[in-house]
Amino acid sequence: MLENLEQENLTRVPTEWQSTLGKYTETDVRRELANPLAHFSRRRLEALLSPAATGLLEELAQASRKVTRLRFGNAVNLYAPLYVSNYCVNQCRYCGFNCTHHDERRRLTVDEAVEEAMLIAAEGFRDLLLVSGEDVNYIHVNYLAELAGRLRGMFSSLSIEVQVLTQEEYKTLFDAGIDGVTIYQETYDRAAYAYYHPAGPKADYENRLRSQEGAARAGMRKLGLGALLGLRDWRYETLCLALHARTLMKHWWQSKISFSFPRMRPAHEVREDFPHLVSDRELVQMICALRLCFADAGLVLSTRESAEFRNQALHFGITQMSAGSKTNPGGYGEEKSSTRQFDIADNRLVSEVHDYLENQGFDPVWKDWDCGFHRCEGNDR
Amino acid sequence: MTQSLIIAGREFRSRLFIGTGKFSSPEIMRRAIDASGTEMVTVALRRVDISNPQDNMLAPIDRAHVQLLPNTSGARDADEAVRVARLARAASGVDWIKLEVTPDPHYLLPDPVETLKAAEILVKEGFIVLPYINADPVLAKRLQDVGTATVMPLGSPIGSNQGIRTRANLEIIIAQATVPVVIDAGLGLPSHASEAMEMGADAVLVNTAIAVAADPEQMAAAFRLGVEAGRLAYESGPGAVRKTAEASSPLTGFLG
Repeated sequence: MLENLEQENLTRVPTEWQSTLGKYTETDVRRELANPLAHFSRRRLEALLSPAATGLLEELAQASRKVTRLRFGNAVNLYAPLYVSNYCVNQCRYCGFNCTHHDERRRLTVDEAVEEAMLIAAEGFRDLLLVSGEDVNYIHVNYLAELAGRLRGMFSSLSIEVQVLTQEEYKTLFDAGIDGVTIYQETYDRAAYAYYHPAGPKADYENRLRSQEGAARAGMRKLGLGALLGLRDWRYETLCLALHARTLMKHWWQSKISFSFPRMRPAHEVREDFPHLVSDRELVQMICALRLCFADAGLVLSTRESAEFRNQALHFGITQMSAGSKTNPGGYGEEKSSTRQFDIADNRLVSEVHDYLENQGFDPVWKDWDCGFHRCEGNDR
Repeated sequence: MTQSLIIAGREFRSRLFIGTGKFSSPEIMRRAIDASGTEMVTVALRRVDISNPQDNMLAPIDRAHVQLLPNTSGARDADEAVRVARLARAASGVDWIKLEVTPDPHYLLPDPVETLKAAEILVKEGFIVLPYINADPVLAKRLQDVGTATVMPLGSPIGSNQGIRTRANLEIIIAQATVPVVIDAGLGLPSHASEAMEMGADAVLVNTAIAVAADPEQMAAAFRLGVEAGRLAYESGPGAVRKTAEASSPLTGFLG
């Protein structure tokens, strides 16, 4: 992966980047839109991301909607995150879990995590994402494998969003019933990466960039990619995400790629000024541009985004959503809350999101996998 | 009235099979199924709780009139497909299975090697196996030889609505088949379904074109008519296509 970015001169924002994109005209954009189902190429994506395309946003959204409905129909998949620990050894400048912050920390025992999961399952969810700070001495592979073993019957799909693991560790988790791995590169720009991740294991840019490959080699079916929007030019990050995805799809063609769009949110004790915050219009353009290059990729929008934005985004490209999320460990069961990773913007109840989807003619999908596919205890009769 | 289709001893008067993905609600799916006149409906095991007849996708399917055809969509290899098929049969008692081994999650193209392997195992275990395949005539023969109930070659990539792009190979499959041939994927319009039936396909399976239509119920009815028209035409023995106009009996008309 690193080699690919290096080959394309993309481990930092290219110096001539603005003028490269400035060369695309409305005609170039319309040429790409004429074939909504065309596949990714660098030229196609650059045209769709260009300032020229900003003036054609409605046309982008219309084309993106067409592709999404054709490939995904009216289905929208629902998932929930379960935060198991907010202890962390990293010092990411944007994150509420930063280890230099002074708040209350919480880690769940396996029993406590199962209790939280039962509350989530009772809402209807069958697709669960286990999330943790980098709490290596506690949230390690054995913990996750044990938890997966307890949750497998309750959920049809289990994914993780934790620290980078080795291929062997991913294999252990895959065998335990975890089938998806989400890891955001945060930023593909080396210099910005170094600034925002000053200490801790996460400071290793290359290790993070290679993690998806290890997960894919281990058999993981779902690979989630993302850049934290606000750290660096969103157009540049989108191009890197696309190249990352294309490389993974070519080599690890049995894994399904999804893109997330985490925009910077306020978080406790985070006082940074983020110079590259992404506007609503820009995020719409990013979502549509990726959809028009990757017709079959899952596009994910979490409760970081407002109800208003999420409601609209469903119509032009988003196919997966969380709902009713708590971003602090123990958040589902307790009134009193420990430190959240970030503040939630869509505070609707799960049932409200579900009903909204139905009223808009979408089919809210809880279950889109079956633990019967896994080779594990009880499945081989 | 066209001839009935027989698959594994069961008679089907409708030659239109329906898939259940992508609809905006189970109710709209139910109405489309009714309007289509179908007697065979496939459901993805990944999407339903097959052991629960009250599952919101299973409940609207009237099993008295419709053969439920669970499918293994999402299986990456023979092992996974066989495992999920066994669990489905154990939970539902249905031994029909639409075998889909699609290791590539983006284009969902079927894996010929793993499909054949899984078909062999499932047939031996008494399943009625309907395998989804690329339009590969040799693979179709191999599957028929191991005892599948049909072959289901694709017209074009699934969900693409592109119509029949594999015509040359489909014609060979149809000419050689000893089991019913069901054109399974890519049909985007009733005219595509007619075309498949006119070619001599025994049935077609349609999902996306109906599910994502502005009016799925009406589109289902349109596909019903398209399939019936195509089949009727096929059974009527259509005339040959010519490049020029031709009188009815140019050589022997003088005989009176």
